[in-house]
This record gives sequence, structure tokens and C-alpha cells, in this order.
Amino acid sequence: MNELKQKIDITKKKFRWSDYIAERIIKSVAFLSITFIVLIFFFVFRESFPIFNFSKDAEHKTEQDSSKQAQSNPNEIQEQYGVPAPEPEKQEQYGVVTSDTLTEATIQTSTQETAQQASAQPAKQEQYGVQTADDTSMIENYATSESKATEVSTTDNNKHALKTLVTKDWQPVSDNPRFGLLPLLLGTLKITIISMLFAAPLAILAALYTSVFAPKRLKEIIKPAIELLAGIPSVVIGFFALMIMASFLQDLFGYATRLNSFVGGIAMGLAAIPIIYTITEDALNAVPKTYYEASLALGASKWQTAFFVMLPAATPGIFAAVLLGIGRVFGETMIALMATGNAAMMGLNPFESVRTLAATIGAEMAEVVFGDTHYNVLFLIGSLLFIFTFILNAIAEFWVKGRLMKKIQGK
Amino acid sequence: MILQKIRTENMYLYYGNKMALNNVSISIPEKQVTALIGPSGCGKSTFLRSLNRMNDLIDSVKIEGNIFVDDINIYDKNIDVVNLRKKVGMVFQKSNPFAKSIFDNVAYGPRINGNNNKSELKEIVEKSLRDAAIWDEVKDRLHDSAMGLSGGQQQRLCIARTLAVDPEIILMDEPASALDPISTSKIEELIFQLKENFTIVIVTHNMQQAARISDNTAFFYLGELIEYNKTKKIYTNPDKKQTEDYISGRFG
Repeated sequence: MNELKQKIDITKKKFRWSDYIAERIIKSVAFLSITFIVLIFFFVFRESFPIFNFSKDAEHKTEQDSSKQAQSNPNEIQEQYGVPAPEPEKQEQYGVVTSDTLTEATIQTSTQETAQQASAQPAKQEQYGVQTADDTSMIENYATSESKATEVSTTDNNKHALKTLVTKDWQPVSDNPRFGLLPLLLGTLKITIISMLFAAPLAILAALYTSVFAPKRLKEIIKPAIELLAGIPSVVIGFFALMIMASFLQDLFGYATRLNSFVGGIAMGLAAIPIIYTITEDALNAVPKTYYEASLALGASKWQTAFFVMLPAATPGIFAAVLLGIGRVFGETMIALMATGNAAMMGLNPFESVRTLAATIGAEMAEVVFGDTHYNVLFLIGSLLFIFTFILNAIAEFWVKGRLMKKIQGK
Repeated sequence: MILQKIRTENMYLYYGNKMALNNVSISIPEKQVTALIGPSGCGKSTFLRSLNRMNDLIDSVKIEGNIFVDDINIYDKNIDVVNLRKKVGMVFQKSNPFAKSIFDNVAYGPRINGNNNKSELKEIVEKSLRDAAIWDEVKDRLHDSAMGLSGGQQQRLCIARTLAVDPEIILMDEPASALDPISTSKIEELIFQLKENFTIVIVTHNMQQAARISDNTAFFYLGELIEYNKTKKIYTNPDKKQTEDYISGRFG
């Protein structure tokens, strides 16, 4: 006994390897996750950077670089992203417009414009036609320009693209490509609002029911059932929306366009419900049971307790839940691709087709030429999605949790 | 003559198959303080919670026998439990103010009863806080969060919140057990003042406290009501040996 006691020495600090290593590993993992997020943003934004790189200085540089490329210097090629190194001729042909097709295109666009002025609904159909016409003319371009290559620099394209970013037309593939992000932005917002108006009340009330009202057995059925919905792949939800829900809702409300932001929003709401439900339910369950008892002991009925005590107490959790839901809808690609109609239109009518930011990337990324202006714009959309989600979370963190909570819970 | 506010007759209470209260018959007089004492797990809190049917929240509880409040059987199937709880208020062991401002905490009760008149609410809040002897401490920060108050203040706030509903009976489940001696003495003073207007039933582990504040004392042991009498009588000359042993600290 005495011998054992003598061995314990408290005067000398002992180095504990296991503690040290565990702490280091945990720390590095935490920082790794942050690093990944930053890296993703960095690389996505870097791909879109050439759009902003249109000043004369840059133009000069690209000329220099292209001359260097002729001497085939691989190091120089890596430095610039706007100009794709290996096949510069092919790239530049995209911008080329032969005189024949130009007149054709102008005629087409003028007819399109007059048609648009005439009436809203048939104009859409004509737009579709024009777009295909653009495509064919482009293919013609391809053929003709191989023989007589008129050089238009990519920086000019970029300059042009940057000017069109804040316009109402998203026509990336045409003789006069326009990269107006406004319809995409509006479409995404429309979808997000519609899906949240649909999903948030449903999910929050469902969570309130299971956590406050439902008998234990019913709760044990409802909770896993709703959470199971989270396991349904978005392709399946999209397919369901496309094949069944769209027709059903059209029959019900009798609007003209079958696939529109309303159908898409509700389909995305289906995807967001389990997320909002689960987190709200957890937040409600985390409210101390004493609140519930205190309220009932004051003579409040169950629904009064639920709405005036449980919900306010769980507000931070519910906000987190809705934010995650919004994040899900914001970035949802497959459902948007399948159920929203994918027409980049500016109207506020919920029964019009829309094209969301994420769906645009999903639909066009596979078709686009590497290094093209269109390619850069798609990456710009990617970074925009990232920035918006970031801002949304920042607002929630600082404004909602700060001000709103003070208002509800006192200073 | 003193009116009997609460009366139970041959009351049995079970948690599942386990009997928690065994044949309790007691009558509690109006506008007096009645203390329930006994060792932990003897059923005194259970008994208290069945007086405003808070035990309904526990699924496995089954009650036999009758409990009358103002000669109305509160376990009758036509009883409106919500209104019963307005009449029989409760203060819990752990202070449990809502995460709202002090004002909103006290105004909660009147508000859910449909009173949204601002000046009236203000009046009720002030009166309740004064009655609970906490007005002077919080009058300058009514719109601050109640969570910022100390434990003793929170407990008095909870009492004020109960008073705001204007009940007839106040049940207190060890209201001072988590508080320091100064806060405890404040609560005791408060109880002493409150008994002029309210019937108070209080569960306490602290025998001195029961002796100080109560008019009647009931001693529970293992779910049975061993002895129930005037506090003076119980503390000076109890009828039962068990009571004497418990009060003098020989067991429990």
C-alpha cells in the first residue's frame, strides 16, 4: 500500500500521449471541414472569374498569352483560365457570326419581339422555336467558320456577358448570347417561397402535434413515417411530381402551363418537410417539461400551451429547421429540373414555368464547352448559390437570433 | 365555523400496478395553510398533484375514490380540467418561469383567459407582483427576461404568476427546497400573508418550516396518511408513535 502511494508523483507534469493525439485529430478534422467549404467556394468562384477579367489590360495579356501558346509553353497555359489552351480556334468560333446567319437571326428576333408584344402566351411557344433555330444556325456557324475564321476574342464575349448579367433574358446559346440571371434568381425565389409556404406550416404543425398532443403510440408511428420521407431520393419525388402531381394539380386549378413553379414548389416542399419536421420536433422536445406543466397549472388549455409556450420557447430551433429547409430547396436540382418547366421567365405568376439557378447548372453543365463564357457563367451561378446560402445563414444567426429572440423572450 | 375546501374520501392512487396512495381521507379547511410532511417517496407530492389533476399527464396513473373541491367531485367525467386548474393553482418545486419577459410571465394567465386590455393587464401584473412581494425588486425591469432573476426571485415570480390567475387554492410543491435561507424566509413570510385570501396546501421536507407556517399538518408514510391534526398538536403531542419518531428525526 505504501509503495503504491509513493509512486504517484504530483510534482512533475506528465505528458499524456493519448490526450494529445486525440485533441490534435479532433482539431484537425474540425478545421478540415471548414477548409473544404472554403476550397469548394474558391474553386467554383475561380472558374467564373474570367467574366470579370475584361479590362484592356487583360485583353492585352490574353493576346500575349495566345502568342506564347503558339510556342506551346504549358506553364503559361495554366495561368489563365478564360482562354482554353489546347484548341483556341474552336473556342473562338462560338462567337463568330457569318453575315448570312446574322440577318437570319435578326429577322427571327424581330419577329419574336413583335410576337411577344402581341400576346404573352403564344410568345412562349415562339420563343422555343427561335431557340431551336438559334441552335441550328449555330451548327451552321460551326461548319462555315472552319473555313473562314474571323477572330473575336473571348474577352469581348466576356465583356458582353457581364453587361447582360443583370438583364431579363437567359439565352446562353444563341448568336447573341445573353446571360441574364434575373429570371433564374426570381424563379429560385418563387420556388423557395412557394415550397416554404407549403412545407413550413405543415411540418411545424405536424411536429407540434407529435410532440404535444399525440398519444405515445401514435407518436411512435408518425415520427418515423415522416422521417422516412427524407430517405426518398429527389429523383423519385421529381418523377412523382412530373407524372402524377402535375396533372392532378392542373386538373384541380385549371392553369395553362402544366409544369410550373407551383408544382415544383410543392414537390420541393415534400423534400423539405422531413427536414423541417425532424428538427422542429427535436426543438420542441428540448423545451423543458416544466414549461408545459406550469402552463397547464395556470389553467391554459393544451393548444394555448402549445402555441403560446412551446412554440416561442422552441423558436431558435424552428428557425434553424426552416433555414435548413430553405437551403435544401435552394440547392435542389433534380426536382427543379423535372417539375418546374425550366423556362426562364420573369413573371410573378406562380403558375408560370420557371428555371432555377441550380437546375440551370444541372441542365447546361453537361452541354457547355470548357472555358467558354457560358461555362464561366454557370460557375458564377454556383458561387452565387453559395453566397446566398451564406448570407441567409448569417442573417438568421445575427438578426433572428439576436433581435427576434429578445422580442419574444425579453432582454 | 371553518369551511372545508378540499375533501378526499377513501382515495387510492396507482402508478401502473404499484400503489402510491392507500386509502387517504382528509379534509382541508379554507384560508388556512395545510402542510404535508413525510419522507421521500411517501406520496405527498402525488397527493398534491392529484388535487388539480396534474397526474392526468402521466399515462399510467389510475385513481380510485373521491376528491371534492367545494363539494364537487373533481374526478367526475364532466369536469372541465382547464377551469379546475384556474381555480386550483400550483407552484412547483423547481422555479419554472417561461423564457419570456417578467411582465409576459405574469400576464400569461390573464391573457390566455382572454384579457388583452393593456391597462387592466398592467394593473393585474402590478398587483400580483406586489402580493408576491417581488414588485420592488423588478418594477424597473419588467420587460427583461425572467431568466435573469435569481432563484428566489424566480420562485416568487412563479407565485405571482399563479396569483394573477386569481385561484382559490394554491398548491405548493416544496417551493423553498432549492432556495437559500434568506429567500426561504421571504417565501415563508409570503405564504403567511397569502393565507388571508387563499387556501394553501404545501408539501415540505423541512419540518421546522412546516411548524412555522402551517395551521394543520398531515404526516404521510408509504402512501398512507398516518396522522392529520392541528400543527401544534402534531409537533407537541402526536397521537402516533411513527409521527413522533419522524418529527424528532429518529427515522425518515
